[in-house]
Amino acid sequence: MCTYLTEKIEISGSAKGGSGWFRVTDGSVYFDHPVHAPYGHTLNIDFLAPAQGPSARVAVELSAESARALMKAIEAVLDSAPAGLE
Amino acid sequence: MYDAVLSETVTISGHEGDAIEAYSARPLTPGPVGGVVVIHHLPGYDRQSKEFTRSLAVGGFNAVMPNLYSREAPGAADPSDAMAAARSQGVIPIPDERVIGEVEGAVDYLKGLSNANGKVGVIGHCSGGRQSFLAAVSLPLDAAVDCYGGFVVGSPPAGHPLAGWEPIVNRTADLSCPLLGLFGSEDKFPSPEHVAELQAALVAAGKTNVLRIYEGANHGFMQVDSARYHAESAVDAWREILNWFGRYLAA
Repeated sequence: MCTYLTEKIEISGSAKGGSGWFRVTDGSVYFDHPVHAPYGHTLNIDFLAPAQGPSARVAVELSAESARALMKAIEAVLDSAPAGLE
Repeated sequence: MYDAVLSETVTISGHEGDAIEAYSARPLTPGPVGGVVVIHHLPGYDRQSKEFTRSLAVGGFNAVMPNLYSREAPGAADPSDAMAAARSQGVIPIPDERVIGEVEGAVDYLKGLSNANGKVGVIGHCSGGRQSFLAAVSLPLDAAVDCYGGFVVGSPPAGHPLAGWEPIVNRTADLSCPLLGLFGSEDKFPSPEHVAELQAALVAAGKTNVLRIYEGANHGFMQVDSARYHAESAVDAWREILNWFGRYLAA
C-alpha cells in the first residue's frame, strides 16, 4: 500500500547532485514505495532546494534496516564530537 | 494488420479547468474505439506508467494518463522529482476532489478524439487503484479497473494521512459501471479480507464485478522493473484488463 507518510523539515546545508553542489533548505522523510530500490517500501529522504526547481534534489531510498543503522551512526557521530563545534 | 500507435505528451484541461500535462497513446485507426483513463501510482508519471498507457493503445484503446503532479512540478524532466516536489508541498495524498477533476478532464479529452466511440473506462494502480474506484463512484463511466488499491475498504490507522477520510466503499451504490478488481494474496492493504468486504458491498449494491486474487502475488505485482513484479499474475491480469475493456467499451 501507499503509506503517504511524510515528515517535512527545514534544513540548512549543502548537497551534491548531478550538476554539482547546491544549498538545500528543505527535507522530506517518508516511508513509502521506492522508485528504484528493490523493496516494497523504503525509508526515503529528499534533500531539496525548492527555489531552484524540482530537479534540485538529492534522494536516497534505504531499506528500513539501513535507515535505522544510519540513524544510529548519525547520533553516534554527533554525540561523540567535541563540545562546542555545532 | 495496421498497428500504428501515436504516443505523446499533451495538455488537457484538468480540475477547475487548469491546464495540466498528460500522456496520450492512441491507435491510428479510424475507430470507433473506446477510451481509458490511466491513473498512475504514487511514485508518479513514470516511464513504466507511460509504457502501460501505450500498451492499452496497442490493445486497441485510446488512453490518456494525467500527470497528477503537473501543478507542483510543471515540465519536470524526472517524474520522481515531481513526486518529491508534491510531497514536499504537502499535496500527497492528493485531495480526492482534485483527482476527480483531473479524471473528468481526461474523460473529456478522450471523448473529443476523432476516433472515439464515446465510451470511457478508468484504471489505476496502488493509490491509483483507490482513485480509479473513486472516479467510478463519482463520474459516469463505462468500465473501471482497480489494481490493488489500498483503503477502498477499511479505515487507515490513527496517524495515517488518510485517517478520518470516509472509506469510499461506502459509496458503492454510486458506482456507475462494472468493476474489475485485481489483487494479490500476499498484499496486506488491501488484504484478501478487504477484497471479500469489497465484493460483499458490490453484491449488496447489485453491481457487476469480477474480483481476482492472484495466489503468491503481492502489492504492485504488475509493476514492471520492481521487486514485486509477479510475471504469471501480471500476464493474466493484462488478459483480464483487455477483455474487460473490450467487453464494456465496445461501440
